[in-house]
Amino acid sequence: MRITTDRETCVGSGACVFHAQGVFDQHPDGRVLLLVEEPDEALRAAALTAAANCPVNAISVNDV
Amino acid sequence: MTENAERGTATGSLPVFPLDRRKCPLSIPQEYEAMRADEPVAKVINRMTGKPAWALTRYADVRQVLGDPSMSSDARNPGYPHQFQVPEEMLPYIAFPFAAMDPPEHTVRRRMVIPEFTAKRIAELRPRTQAIVDARIDDMLAKGGPVDLVAELAVPVPSLQFCEMLGADPEHIGYFRDYAETTTGRDSSMEAVAGAIAQMDEFLDELITEKTHTPGEDLLSRIAARLPEEPTLEHDDLVAIARLLVIAGSDTTANIISLGTLVFLEHPKQLAEVRRDPSLLPGAIEELLRFLSILDSATVRVATKDIELAGGEIVREGEGVLALNGAANWDPSRYPDPHRFDIHRDAEGHMAFSYGNHMCPGANLARMQLEVVFGTLFSRIPDLRLAAPADELPYMFDAHAYGLHELPVTW
Repeated sequence: MRITTDRETCVGSGACVFHAQGVFDQHPDGRVLLLVEEPDEALRAAALTAAANCPVNAISVNDV
Repeated sequence: MTENAERGTATGSLPVFPLDRRKCPLSIPQEYEAMRADEPVAKVINRMTGKPAWALTRYADVRQVLGDPSMSSDARNPGYPHQFQVPEEMLPYIAFPFAAMDPPEHTVRRRMVIPEFTAKRIAELRPRTQAIVDARIDDMLAKGGPVDLVAELAVPVPSLQFCEMLGADPEHIGYFRDYAETTTGRDSSMEAVAGAIAQMDEFLDELITEKTHTPGEDLLSRIAARLPEEPTLEHDDLVAIARLLVIAGSDTTANIISLGTLVFLEHPKQLAEVRRDPSLLPGAIEELLRFLSILDSATVRVATKDIELAGGEIVREGEGVLALNGAANWDPSRYPDPHRFDIHRDAEGHMAFSYGNHMCPGANLARMQLEVVFGTLFSRIPDLRLAAPADELPYMFDAHAYGLHELPVTW
């Protein structure tokens, strides 16, 4: 699993950090900061939940 | 009933929205269930404008509309279904908050405030939240029950913290509450709302001017410092931004604290579970947010092009939509037995903070404050109980944000 984020689309809702703290954080400007591009098994479910709940679909998850 | 509503009803037999919760105060409007089954995309009359709009009660439709950038939040669009009393001839002159704007105007303003609500900043605020909550509960315990939890805890905690965040003198707290009550009351006259806004703007105008000249370690100072980097914004735009934060940052959280306390007290077994195992609290708070959906009718849009909804219904360009987030949060196809408050439910995906590019930027701040408030309240006053019957409490049936005027409690 590989995650990409779109900082132009991001509106800084913090939903990703709420759902997957180990995978996402927020840059000091409030927008998304990706911590882990390829989350391991333990973080995968949370990463998928975060992607599904991003209010502006700024998170993409691809199979590698 | 307002003049607009009477005008609305006279145009036909369409139901007048928003509905209230008088039939069952701890439920979203009960009519939604039948609407979702019979007419999930229903033509209704918006009480605040007297004009027709579509009321959506299915989860999928609300999610689609709020997530669709072609569904506009521009309050100046003639089809926008306002939820406040706004005289139509005044529309071009009102300084609307960025919640009522579209990109790019929305984007530039929102980006001014989101640095203030990062996970890191919220974590830094937590000890202060704890200290504020502890001080309020010390006070409650010193006074002895019965006390009004709204006045003692629900209102002071978020507004005190917000005053501190803004860098305003805490003596202005009462002022914030009066502003919230006037501007969010569905029966407030236009004159009263305009007066309250003008007064709040004058206060914020002075405060921002002060922060521009003598900046401190606070939100308004930092926003003022960002202003020179934004060529499209000026001082007055900061006043409108700050005005939005005042209402969004204190009133809403206060209402969840009072109603949430009531819901926990009405579900003593679940409350006992949370007290035994505090790791259940975050999930319980998500369920509270879903269950209460206090800003159910705040998520409105106007179509800028025709769109098709899940059931094949078409919303035409220029038509207003009430994307009822409470109705979505109670859609049994997403949340089985939605009327049941269940802290073990997975409330993921609820839209109590809206969805799409206007989703509440302060959601994680509210979550942190709620965790501290409920965690502390129920551990420090374990035998807290209502001091009045739940069905006789003064609910805010006519407010934009649902809440309680008073919550008598004792222990």
